[in-house]
Amino acid sequence: MYAFEFTRPQTVAAAVAALKGADAQALGGGQTLIPTLRQRLASPARLVSLAAIAEMRGVAAAGGVLTVGGGTTHAAVAREAAAPFPALARLAGRIGDPAVRSRGTIGGSLANNDPSACYPAAALAAAATIVTDRREIAVDDFFRGLFATALATGEIITRVRFPIPARAAYAKFLQPASRFALVGVFVAKSSAGVRVAVTGAAERGVFRWTAAETALAADFRPEAVKGLRMAAEGMIGDLHGSPEYRAHLVGVMTARAVAAA
Amino acid sequence: MARVTMTVNGKAVAGEVEGRTLLVQFLREGLGLTGTHVGCDTSQCGACVVHMDGAPVKACAVLALDADGAEVRTIEGMASADGTLSPLQQAFQDHHALQCGFCTPGMVMSAAALLAGNPRPSEHEVREYLEGNLCRCTGYHNIVKAIMAASGQGAAIAAE
Repeated sequence: MYAFEFTRPQTVAAAVAALKGADAQALGGGQTLIPTLRQRLASPARLVSLAAIAEMRGVAAAGGVLTVGGGTTHAAVAREAAAPFPALARLAGRIGDPAVRSRGTIGGSLANNDPSACYPAAALAAAATIVTDRREIAVDDFFRGLFATALATGEIITRVRFPIPARAAYAKFLQPASRFALVGVFVAKSSAGVRVAVTGAAERGVFRWTAAETALAADFRPEAVKGLRMAAEGMIGDLHGSPEYRAHLVGVMTARAVAAA
Repeated sequence: MARVTMTVNGKAVAGEVEGRTLLVQFLREGLGLTGTHVGCDTSQCGACVVHMDGAPVKACAVLALDADGAEVRTIEGMASADGTLSPLQQAFQDHHALQCGFCTPGMVMSAAALLAGNPRPSEHEVREYLEGNLCRCTGYHNIVKAIMAASGQGAAIAAE
């Protein structure tokens, strides 16, 4: 790891100030960033830890909306969202392993937008709003492809607002070595319709499977997606699975998510 | 360099560290607590698991300065002052839950975190909880047996 200056502000305002200037990087739980720094794949001049910012932590449900602080750990979401939004709690409780879940945060996961991460699927399917230190971003405008988001340099995710769906579930086909999703599908049904978000599968990162959404809006049963075929074009191909395999899994995991919702 | 203070195994400690100093480096090199192991160095294997404010963390993926003010417990803090092993450690010994022993500190700390929140886990819950701790000797079975025994459920998988 290259040397860097380290600061640990107590407030969002202080963190935003510390992130100004050349080559500063926010540090959430560090479960991706610290291994990345250790491999010398990144070398920020200054690291701004968000771990001491109390106002960015916590889970609250009110008026059909679940609000999760950007610095809330996966373990805390698994525990505290269990009653109001069980599908989200179960997703959080299967990220990584227990030690990773003690540190990793929802804001860090969404800001990183790993193409195989779980949280992007929940945010996209539930039509979440990403709240930052300076604005609110509808999730449909947030993800911009592989490891890219609408966040500006130095912008911090302070909260994520999830409209709680009437029915929802996440089905994850685990890649057992990394414990990321080989393919993960989050299905959410609300009065606004059905949204199906897929992670782990596509080279462009998380995406909505609109053909499945249309079919499920008419008939919310696993059978409704049986006849649908996801094209292999644009799917990830690696030693864990070919594009064709992943495309097939998208259909399988969508049906499983609907059955569990 | 910056000053870091924390409580480790009940004792207040302090040291001068760099921004990039990892918690595991501070524990091993700063405090001489070499029971916490560094295995994979890529935060996969779990040999470096310690408790931070009661929760299991991989000490190779936490910066020492991010643990400032925290309550840390390592494998050295598991036995009593007179050296008597904790019931969990004793169960590891009784059930031959280690061979080379390299992963054992992390296994014990993860298992202790599990039992603190779930005193009578099912065998499935034990296996699932250990998914971030890799062992290349035992095949895990005796580790699971030891944890079940430590939770007072020794007979639950005796038939296997």
